[in-house]
Amino acid sequence: MSSDAVGTTSLKSSAHVKAAGWGRGLSTLLRITRMNLRHPGQAALAIGSTIAAVILQVLIPQLLGDAIDQTKVVLGGGATGAAAEQALWVPALLLLAASTLRGLFTMAQNYFAEAVGHHVAYELRLAFYDKVQRLSFSFHDRVHSGDLITLGILDLDGVRMYFSTALVRLLLLTMLIGIGGYRMISTDTLLGFIALSFVPFVAWRSSITQVKLRAIWLNLQERLSVLGRVMEENLAGIRVVRAFSAQAYEMAKFDRASKNALEVAHQQVDVYVPNTSAMTLAFFLAMGLVLWIGCNKVIVGQISVGTLTMFLAFMTILQMPVRQIGLMVNGFARAYTCGSRLFGLLDQDNTIRDVPTARPLEIGEGTLRFDNVSFAYPGTGNRAVLENVTFCARRGETIAIVGPPGSGKSTIAHLIPRFYDVTGGAIMLDGQDIRGVTLATLRKAVAVVQQDAFLFTTTIENNIAYGDPWAKEQRIERASESAQLHNYILGLPAGYKTVVGERGTSLSGGQRQRLTIARTMMLRPSVVIFDDSTAAIDAATEQRIRVAIRRFAKDRVTIIIAHRLSSLKHADRILFVDNGKIVERGTHQELLAKQGRYKALHDLQLRPGDDIVTKYRGAP
Amino acid sequence: MAQEHASEIEIEPNDGGRRPPRAVVGSHRAEEEMFGRAFDQKIVRRIWAFVRPYQATAAVSVAALLIFTGTQLLIPLIIRYAINEAITPAGVDRSALLEAAGAFALAILVNFGAAYAQEAVIGKMAGNVLFDIRRAMFAHLQMVSLSFMDKTEIGRLMSRLQGDVNSIQEFLESSIYSVGDITLLFGIIVVMLCVNFRLGLLTLSVLPVLLVIRIVWLPRARDAFTAAQDTNSVVNGALAEAIHGVRTVQSMDRQQVNFALYDDKAHADLTTHLIAARYTQIMVPIVDGLTGLAMAVVIVVGGSMNGPIEVGALVAYIFYIQRFFDPIRSLTLQYSVMQRAMASGKRLTEVLDVQIEVQDKRDARVLSAEMDCSVEFRNVTFGYDPNHPVLSNVSFEVNPGETVALVGPTGSGKSSAMALVHRFYDVQQGQVLVGGRDVRDLTQESLGLQIAMVLQEPFLFTGTVFENIRYHKTEATRDRVIEAAKVVGAHDFITSLPNGYETQLGERGGNLSLGQRQLVSFARALVADAKILVLDEATANIDSYTEMLIQKALRKLLEGRTGLVIAHRLATIRYADRIIVLQNGQVIETGNHDKLMAMGGLYSKLYDLNYSSFDDIPKEEADATVKAASRT
Repeated sequence: MSSDAVGTTSLKSSAHVKAAGWGRGLSTLLRITRMNLRHPGQAALAIGSTIAAVILQVLIPQLLGDAIDQTKVVLGGGATGAAAEQALWVPALLLLAASTLRGLFTMAQNYFAEAVGHHVAYELRLAFYDKVQRLSFSFHDRVHSGDLITLGILDLDGVRMYFSTALVRLLLLTMLIGIGGYRMISTDTLLGFIALSFVPFVAWRSSITQVKLRAIWLNLQERLSVLGRVMEENLAGIRVVRAFSAQAYEMAKFDRASKNALEVAHQQVDVYVPNTSAMTLAFFLAMGLVLWIGCNKVIVGQISVGTLTMFLAFMTILQMPVRQIGLMVNGFARAYTCGSRLFGLLDQDNTIRDVPTARPLEIGEGTLRFDNVSFAYPGTGNRAVLENVTFCARRGETIAIVGPPGSGKSTIAHLIPRFYDVTGGAIMLDGQDIRGVTLATLRKAVAVVQQDAFLFTTTIENNIAYGDPWAKEQRIERASESAQLHNYILGLPAGYKTVVGERGTSLSGGQRQRLTIARTMMLRPSVVIFDDSTAAIDAATEQRIRVAIRRFAKDRVTIIIAHRLSSLKHADRILFVDNGKIVERGTHQELLAKQGRYKALHDLQLRPGDDIVTKYRGAP
Repeated sequence: MAQEHASEIEIEPNDGGRRPPRAVVGSHRAEEEMFGRAFDQKIVRRIWAFVRPYQATAAVSVAALLIFTGTQLLIPLIIRYAINEAITPAGVDRSALLEAAGAFALAILVNFGAAYAQEAVIGKMAGNVLFDIRRAMFAHLQMVSLSFMDKTEIGRLMSRLQGDVNSIQEFLESSIYSVGDITLLFGIIVVMLCVNFRLGLLTLSVLPVLLVIRIVWLPRARDAFTAAQDTNSVVNGALAEAIHGVRTVQSMDRQQVNFALYDDKAHADLTTHLIAARYTQIMVPIVDGLTGLAMAVVIVVGGSMNGPIEVGALVAYIFYIQRFFDPIRSLTLQYSVMQRAMASGKRLTEVLDVQIEVQDKRDARVLSAEMDCSVEFRNVTFGYDPNHPVLSNVSFEVNPGETVALVGPTGSGKSSAMALVHRFYDVQQGQVLVGGRDVRDLTQESLGLQIAMVLQEPFLFTGTVFENIRYHKTEATRDRVIEAAKVVGAHDFITSLPNGYETQLGERGGNLSLGQRQLVSFARALVADAKILVLDEATANIDSYTEMLIQKALRKLLEGRTGLVIAHRLATIRYADRIIVLQNGQVIETGNHDKLMAMGGLYSKLYDLNYSSFDDIPKEEADATVKAASRT
């Protein structure tokens, strides 16, 4: 736990992405491309449709120009009636067909491109979920959960969009500008160049704008989340705010956060507006020039009105896609940063995993042994949390561990199910080193009732049966009876079907702890560890729980970590831990007789009448 | 693959295969109504109140928008003029071309200016209104009664402050743009009809077709989009839960079951997104086909009309056709935007309309620092629900400088009494007096300055340790903060944190233990330096070492102050000058420890049970004692 505060690294920081350089970036994009191509049917349909759509798209201005020339002939020639009408039917129908087909192909292009993205997202989601579920505790200690969630939601989205916004759009734009430009320039070189003159400017501005907007957007999200936090904490801590009459202070805090976010929101407008207006102006300027020079050319008879119309129509068709070049550039940039981060996580090595020779754990007599165990949290250098801890526990025995805060008690609990690996010595279960057996069998054999109970947003029933989802109702009720929770649950309107957790009914600390105990009672472990898991439960209820689980404890090794002596004085052996070492061991009576640390703690706790402060003046 | 894994871990093989597991990942939040009536005058009026300060800018933006739309209408007409007048079959008119060029240049410059002005103004204004509404709500929540806050989920309020305000912003922006869309649509219709009535009418006949298609399409598409959003939030919720609960998942070895369940959710998400994509894309060929149809009509009908129609007009028509579907698209979308905004607006106004129950009187006085620091309850009756009083006819006094312990079983009214001192609620009968004055006659702010409160659950804010201790006393110096931390015995552990006083606390002080958070909250109360201290002792079991530190700190904190302590620890109770025993909302015993022991009442009975804390006394035993005591 403590390493959480020490070694926090943020996946959000793009530093390592930048340091990775272009080579890494390119390989990221290639990797995403390969993932896209693993859906060859849909990818081919998307690409084929794009090509067809572009060709039809380029055809339309041509057809329009032809049609105008036709009508000009018709009008100029003064022909009327059926003959004139017939001459116009061909270009009109062609135009209708081209336009409709173009629509159909564009639909196919967009749909299949999105489908490829969604399929890739689906695969990545599963891979990400699986990875995150299996990464070791030390990884989760180090990385903020918020950052992981961002990675799995926003970064994954960036990779999803790559195929449609970057790859397919690149193809579309290249073809559209290439073929369209070629047609225009080959028709009339000067006019063609002028018509295309807005393209580089707009492409440049739009790319810069999008890249800037993305940076601003990220900044805005960050500031909005600060604002959100300010509001959320204010509401959650409203009693503190009122108690200190700190409303004015809180309003000032809110205003500061709010102003910070608003500033960035305005920045968005400041970047976006001048650029889009300038892009529109550039486009219209080019159009004006085409019109001016085109008209002059028509006057001298170099081109027809139809050709001029074709040029103008081409320009209107090009306008939108060219403006979207920025989105495409952004699509690449986003896929590159998001992909690098995402793959960085997916490629993480899991430090706690089965060795190749791992065998299933075999439980015989059910003996747990600590052999000279030493441990330091990863990334904290060699600051040992445990040093040469040795003890042994047989089936049916209860071992209690007690000691001042930070002495390493909980660490002992975390080592047995291999949440972390020992750095020295070994932990043995029935003579098998726990690092040599499969994780699945080990964790089935070792159950930990944790300090801070995590409730999943689902019914109480499902929460109790979390480790045994196929359990029958009677077993669930029996477990909750033992944990002294049954009567409380029956009092709830929906009983065992009451939804708890983040989005459900909230339970008090004691109730949550009792639920975690019930959850553990559903399992059939060989070693069960209570890691300070009754602190919020009153002594009397705890006593009842202890009686209720006596039968449960008979078949396994029980380890109790607690600071309330009444919780542990019945243990077969008590280990007093200080600074990572066992400094005293024995039964309650033996330790009291020793007149040592345990006795001092005992006196501190069990003399309600004495004023402990005066008695222990000067104690730490 | 995942399914196989799931069945591998069957625990009860008899029926494990047939019965689905009692397991879910990710939950469906009971969503609030997303869409309301499209127009609700009352709500629009409330929103308008927030726009009013920006009335002038709003007018400017609408004007700029209209000019912008005008130039958009004008440009095809200029092209028509250029083609018709400058290049007539009859001859060449260079001056007409020059005129056209000049007009074009002017039009695009105006277009540029207007576009710039409207977008900049609308974007910023809508942003400002959003922030104003949010501020108004937040400020209101700072004043509403705690009983409202007690029964309202924070998540719900947060979705008002974060989600609902956004739909109002969206509504404002799109409403203004709708004005432009409507103008553009009608402008195109009018111009097309004016240029050639018959051709215009024929071309425009495709518009109603699109309109009908959109109206049929819209509700279905909206359902598809909503479904996609829902599955997405379920999938993301499941991921977040897996991350937050990863330690439990691993220790219960639930990875495989969860993976299979998650796979189902993710697959459902994939399906709904593909359906939504189909709905989006189906409109593309429809719009393109109708555009093609309109152009074909223009060419065939326009080209072979009996009356002459100029080439320029044909070109202009083609330009208009390419534009006139856009307004229809955005206008039909506007309908959904409005429905959403009305639903959000309704929820926002509900928050803004929550009554403020505890308010300063108009002639409220400032409680001066020179008051005598006494606290008195005079025949106080109070209940959150007036029909069920929590305190009835309670009277007691805390003299200046005295420490009084409030003791009693759960539900005896201790916490309510404490809340009344600070006037979190108003009493129904009697009076609460601080410094000899009824708290209702004092300003709440001055009351807060003279009363420091320490709550049972130490609540810390994100920020450094230093900021947390200083809290709202921004004038407190670093030395003052360190001094306070030393007094309460928090200095040692703070300096051992990675960055000492500058260490950033996690969410709710997550990287500190409960005992440490308690000490920080003591230091915070000390810095506040109030004359009266109201303290609700923590009930949770804290390890004995920290407990001792806390006891010491408590004494330091109470030194030279009037103290009212809801006590759970016997050590604290014994330290008090006087003990008030509450039971069922009534004071049943008063006196110091020795006197109460001599009285042989409830207190002495509870004390004789010999528990280290009153909270440890088993409920049955306490109830029995209370019953016995109330009989005597």
